[in-house]
Amino acid sequence: MLKIENLTANVGDKQILKGISLSVNPGEVHAIMGPNGSGKSTLAQVIAGHPGYEVTGGTVTYEGQDLLDMDAEVRAQQGIFLAFQYPVEIPGVSNAYFLRAAYNEIRKARGEEEVDPMEFLDVMTERLKIVEMGDDMLQRSVNFGFSGGEKKRNEIFQMAVLEPKLAILDETDSGLDIDALRIVAEGVNKLKRPDRSTIVVTHYQRLLNYIVPDFVHVLAQGRIVRSGGKDLALELEERGYDWLLETAGASA
Amino acid sequence: MSSSIESLVNKEYQYGFVTDVESDAIPPGLSEETVRLISARKREPEWLLDWRLKAFRRWQAMTEPRWPNVKYKTIDYQAQTYYSAPRSVKPLQSLEEVDPELLKTYEKLGISLNEQKRLSGVAVDAIFDSVSVGTTMKAELKKHGVIFCSFGEAVLEHPELVQRYLGSVVPYSDNYFAALNSAVFSDGSFVYIPKGVRCPLELSTYFRINAADTGQFERTLIVADEGAYVSYLEGCTAPKRSTNQLHAAVVEIVSLDNAQVKYSTVQNWYAGDKDGVGGIYNFVTKRGKAFTNSKISWTQVETGSAITWKYPSVILQGDNSVGEFYSVAVVNNYQQADTGTKMIHIGKNTKSTIISKGISAGHGQNSYRGQVKVLGKASGARNYTQCDSMLIGNQCGAHTFPYIEIANNTATLEHEASTSKIGEDQIFYCKQRGLNTEHAISLIVAGFCKEVFKELPMEFALEAQQLLGVSLEGSVG
Ligand SMILES: Nc1ncnc2c1ncn2[C@@H]1O[C@H](COP(=O)(O)OP(=O)(O)OP(=O)(O)O)[C@@H](O)[C@H]1O
Ligand SMILES: [Mg+2]
Repeated sequence: MLKIENLTANVGDKQILKGISLSVNPGEVHAIMGPNGSGKSTLAQVIAGHPGYEVTGGTVTYEGQDLLDMDAEVRAQQGIFLAFQYPVEIPGVSNAYFLRAAYNEIRKARGEEEVDPMEFLDVMTERLKIVEMGDDMLQRSVNFGFSGGEKKRNEIFQMAVLEPKLAILDETDSGLDIDALRIVAEGVNKLKRPDRSTIVVTHYQRLLNYIVPDFVHVLAQGRIVRSGGKDLALELEERGYDWLLETAGASA
Repeated sequence: MSSSIESLVNKEYQYGFVTDVESDAIPPGLSEETVRLISARKREPEWLLDWRLKAFRRWQAMTEPRWPNVKYKTIDYQAQTYYSAPRSVKPLQSLEEVDPELLKTYEKLGISLNEQKRLSGVAVDAIFDSVSVGTTMKAELKKHGVIFCSFGEAVLEHPELVQRYLGSVVPYSDNYFAALNSAVFSDGSFVYIPKGVRCPLELSTYFRINAADTGQFERTLIVADEGAYVSYLEGCTAPKRSTNQLHAAVVEIVSLDNAQVKYSTVQNWYAGDKDGVGGIYNFVTKRGKAFTNSKISWTQVETGSAITWKYPSVILQGDNSVGEFYSVAVVNNYQQADTGTKMIHIGKNTKSTIISKGISAGHGQNSYRGQVKVLGKASGARNYTQCDSMLIGNQCGAHTFPYIEIANNTATLEHEASTSKIGEDQIFYCKQRGLNTEHAISLIVAGFCKEVFKELPMEFALEAQQLLGVSLEGSVG
């Protein structure tokens, strides 16, 4: 589904990603962990097509196509969804209106009919249940005045509505209380399908108790320094990152 | 960072065509003779000619205001043509007599003058250069005693009403452009709603400048008698031309005791090209006088014109009267706008609300200029002002000039202001959900303008939103 090879990327003159390779197959869940500032969000943003990052080398193939050649909106229309670490506020635009616009763009890209507000209300009402949110938030402005946790939950609600093929969750667990964490994680699990893949960026093993990864990767200083199964997360919880950084440093 | 908020491309202005009609114009230049000629063309009574001449003499003694925060080349008033009318238009003609070429023009602008095809619930007066080509739904309105016709027709058919109210809100001596308009005004709309009548249709006037080097000086007068209600909408477009054209209009609203007038504008005059060549100079005086318990509400969406100079205002004359001003002003490329309002509180317990949304893109300069004045006897006066600016890109500007004058210490005033920038992150967030850049911008801007759009009549809110999208197209590459 997604194949990243030797990807390097800059912000300004600063190289952040220093040669990332990663393969994600349909149905798989990959966790990406690593110290602050190691480049996890950068990787997520580069996959999603943020214009602020300049790809300087490597390739990314998505469903057989050159992903780096697509505009950000095309990537979204093709089924890539990023749950932002810092969701953006859009004052005056209701969640319902925003989501319907997104939903219809994605449908149009697939050659499907647009849905009217009434039909879409049914879609939203059903998906709200997945994240156990009240329908009052449909009329609120996108993320505007939302608490940190509400913003994160709203990202997963959007994901539930848009049903992406490849979802990247960037620290969706941070800022969530214990109950919300469980609800959100269960929501993500309910959306799992054999043809859908998930990349979960997190600092905490706790989330991975709910969303069980097939693979865990450790990103440090712009490189994947270790990959393993779900047990790697447990090991990191216990030992921290230092031992990996030393090995990485030695091999660099 | 490879900033995408930079490059500017101008989107084609879709109303920029010219209609080929033979017109009857008086020679360029401005003198007493010009004023007399215009008045004679319109077969006006003596009192109106006298009023025009007084205005003209007053104008000659005045100087063009320099305080607005806009820059433009000196206007040569002698090079303008002050009256131009399609030859085929006859005074007091009926809709059936309208030249098909003119009908086609309005069809092309999305305005059908064919009553059968019209959007139900709206009556239209269509003004082409200096004259009205027709007013729809007159018969229906007449049943309710509502008068809706061109100004010229009102002068001939309802002189007592015109004479009584003309200049009662905006005297000819009010300001430079109002004096000029009073001297040479050509056509515009006249509305009278009788006592206690709720006007059953939206009234709307569509202004079109067609002839080159011709100014449009329309004059609109709306009178809502006691307890009456009316909602009125004006729209405007002009051909694309590389020279600047002058538009100096006056709108007066009289809202008698317990009456309500809602006046909405979607201003889309030609704005000039992406280098700032051409476009309309829009110098407009709009003011309403609200008597006891009455309400006047201005809503404007200003997207066109090279220069906009305009302050729709309310004189809160009567006790408990209410004045509202909701404004969206967009400048892109080299457009400049200096717009806002004046709320003059005279009566007791008068209340005013000002919501202004300024959007600047390209090299556009947008100024909000607003005055809240509370006179000594206006005890219990209240004003709420909210003034927000949004910047798209780094080369545009937003400025605010609020003036407050209070002579009664029981007044309550609240003022809020904000400036924001459409961020790359906001646009990226939308794109990540599948919207393209233009869609993202129009969505973000529409959200920013929401409080104003919700004041527009339903049929026009969507149109205004689309227009906004078009005006900003290309503002982010
Ligand atoms: N827009 C930017 N401008 C300047 N530096 C940036 C920008 N975006 C990222 N960086 C830098 O790139 C590095 C990697 O940042 P990134 O956000 O990818 O880290 P992260 O692994 O997600 O960290 P965290 O765990 O704290 O979220 C950091 O040093 C950060 O300061
Ligand atoms: Mg991060």
